[in-house]
Amino acid sequence: MSLLGLDAVSKHFGGLVAVADLSLSIERGSIVAMIGPNGAGKSTVFNLITGVYEPSAGDIVFADRSIRGLRPDQVTTRGVARTFQNIRLFAFMSALENVMTGEHARMHATLADSLLHTPRQRAEERRVRERARDLLRFVDLERASDTYARNLPYGHQRRLEIARALASEPTLLLLDEPAAGMNPREKEDLIALIERIRAGGVTVFLIEHDMQLVMSVSERISVLDHGEKIAEGPPSAIRSDDRVIEAYLGRAEAAP
Amino acid sequence: MNARLLRYAWVLAIPLVPLVDRNASHINFLADAGAFMLLALGLNIVVGYAGLLDLGYAAFFAIGSYAYAMLASPQFGIHVPFWVMLFVASGIAAVFGILLGAPTLRLRGDYLAIVTLGFGEIVPQTFLNLSQYTNGPNGIASLDQPTLFGYAFGFNPVPYFYVMLALIALAIWLANNLRESRLGRAWMAIREDELAAKHMGINATTAKLSAFALGASFSGLAGVAYASKLQLVSPDQFQFSVSVLVLSMLVLGGMGNIAGVVLGSFTLSLINNFVLPQATNIAHAIGLTVDFTNYRFMLYGAILVTVMLFRPEGLIPSRQRRAELRAALADPDLSRRENAEYTQASG
Repeated sequence: MSLLGLDAVSKHFGGLVAVADLSLSIERGSIVAMIGPNGAGKSTVFNLITGVYEPSAGDIVFADRSIRGLRPDQVTTRGVARTFQNIRLFAFMSALENVMTGEHARMHATLADSLLHTPRQRAEERRVRERARDLLRFVDLERASDTYARNLPYGHQRRLEIARALASEPTLLLLDEPAAGMNPREKEDLIALIERIRAGGVTVFLIEHDMQLVMSVSERISVLDHGEKIAEGPPSAIRSDDRVIEAYLGRAEAAP
Repeated sequence: MNARLLRYAWVLAIPLVPLVDRNASHINFLADAGAFMLLALGLNIVVGYAGLLDLGYAAFFAIGSYAYAMLASPQFGIHVPFWVMLFVASGIAAVFGILLGAPTLRLRGDYLAIVTLGFGEIVPQTFLNLSQYTNGPNGIASLDQPTLFGYAFGFNPVPYFYVMLALIALAIWLANNLRESRLGRAWMAIREDELAAKHMGINATTAKLSAFALGASFSGLAGVAYASKLQLVSPDQFQFSVSVLVLSMLVLGGMGNIAGVVLGSFTLSLINNFVLPQATNIAHAIGLTVDFTNYRFMLYGAILVTVMLFRPEGLIPSRQRRAELRAALADPDLSRRENAEYTQASG
């Protein structure tokens, strides 16, 4: 069953076509990757899904309802969470506070609750703090809980961003180059983490340049070039697809 | 916890001050300082918590004061009791906080400051020019004096001192609650990275408007208390210099931190309304004709420059603000780069 569907989505910036007539379908419970050369429009696709941009044409359907034109906060509330290509943690908040902030969408405290610290508010704060601790444990960062996000090592920041995204209890998690800047050991841990996230019932859609990671973790791969989908299929098929090889390496000269 | 409570035990002595110090002018000074402390606590929500640089905060002080002047004076023959007006005026100020905040939502940093500066000028000008309702430059006089269980406050500063104390205690409690709450975290997140905050499910519009409204409501309280004590409002009490004074209190004390805000506001009030007049009196007594109160702005300037040079995070900063500032000083391009990134990402 399809969880996320892009239906002929296009995005123009003035005369520039960033995404052209893109259709995609992501099955519930799967791990799907999107690859493509730099500037292919991959991050734009994430920005379209999460409401940073509105599509110039086409529709985006999440869990059977259109999310086109929703604001980012509304998309998050519907159950889509994301990380960013260039990490966007709250630099001067502790790791724990970052994750607690991620739970905002699932909290119920009103302005009056926040002002007056009603019993209901205090109970909720305790729950949220406890859950944030659990999530830090889940990404193996419980010892960093009081450290400012910006003081964490790079690989930890990537994991913290994932924990913060999971805090909104998403059904779909978008990971934008989660392995960027990681060493081989950290990449292995990341693969295991992605598998565990999926095992928890979250569908994962990721952008990644690291082919080893993409090939080992994803069930389906979509390839984007110049804003267009040039191939789609399981890793084995993508590996040997002529158009994909061409997009990455250029066309081979015909032998004289 | 106990050690922390002991550190603040001296606070319990504050209500005893009027019993020990029988000098009415001292108590009068403390009551006025209380009004400015309320303003500083309110502005701290807008600037310190939510990071929205508001240079027109005096506008809400004016709105609170004029609300009392119009609804509790012979001006229109309406006499709403002081205690009711505290709620009414903070509500009115909050509504104007939303009205004036709404057009600025898309602005950040310097641009927001310029627009709020404009609002800060427009509001007193409006009161000045609506002379059929406000008596223009003469202002509204003989405002109602508060009464409590039949006891009239009159011109005695002592009951006002206690009112201010109660309002400040309330404001500190509320501000402290806000910091450790869903809304407080949302403000911090917006200040740190607005785009990421939105992706946490935070509605930036309502969060910012809540900050403007709550900040303004504190100055509504301050306006009612201050106006009823002075029994007079006029447009010249709410000039730009008031907004700057209150902002200076935050800068001096330490933005975002309640203890810092309290210390900063008290220090500047002390210099402004106590040290300088006393120094002038002493100078006159020994035959000098110098008036030190004329040099107050020079002194503020000197204090602010000194703070910026030697302790830019303020006297008692919040842990977070201190770290932010240290990082920004170590890497001057940081904030510019982050802004550019933001503009890029949000199209």
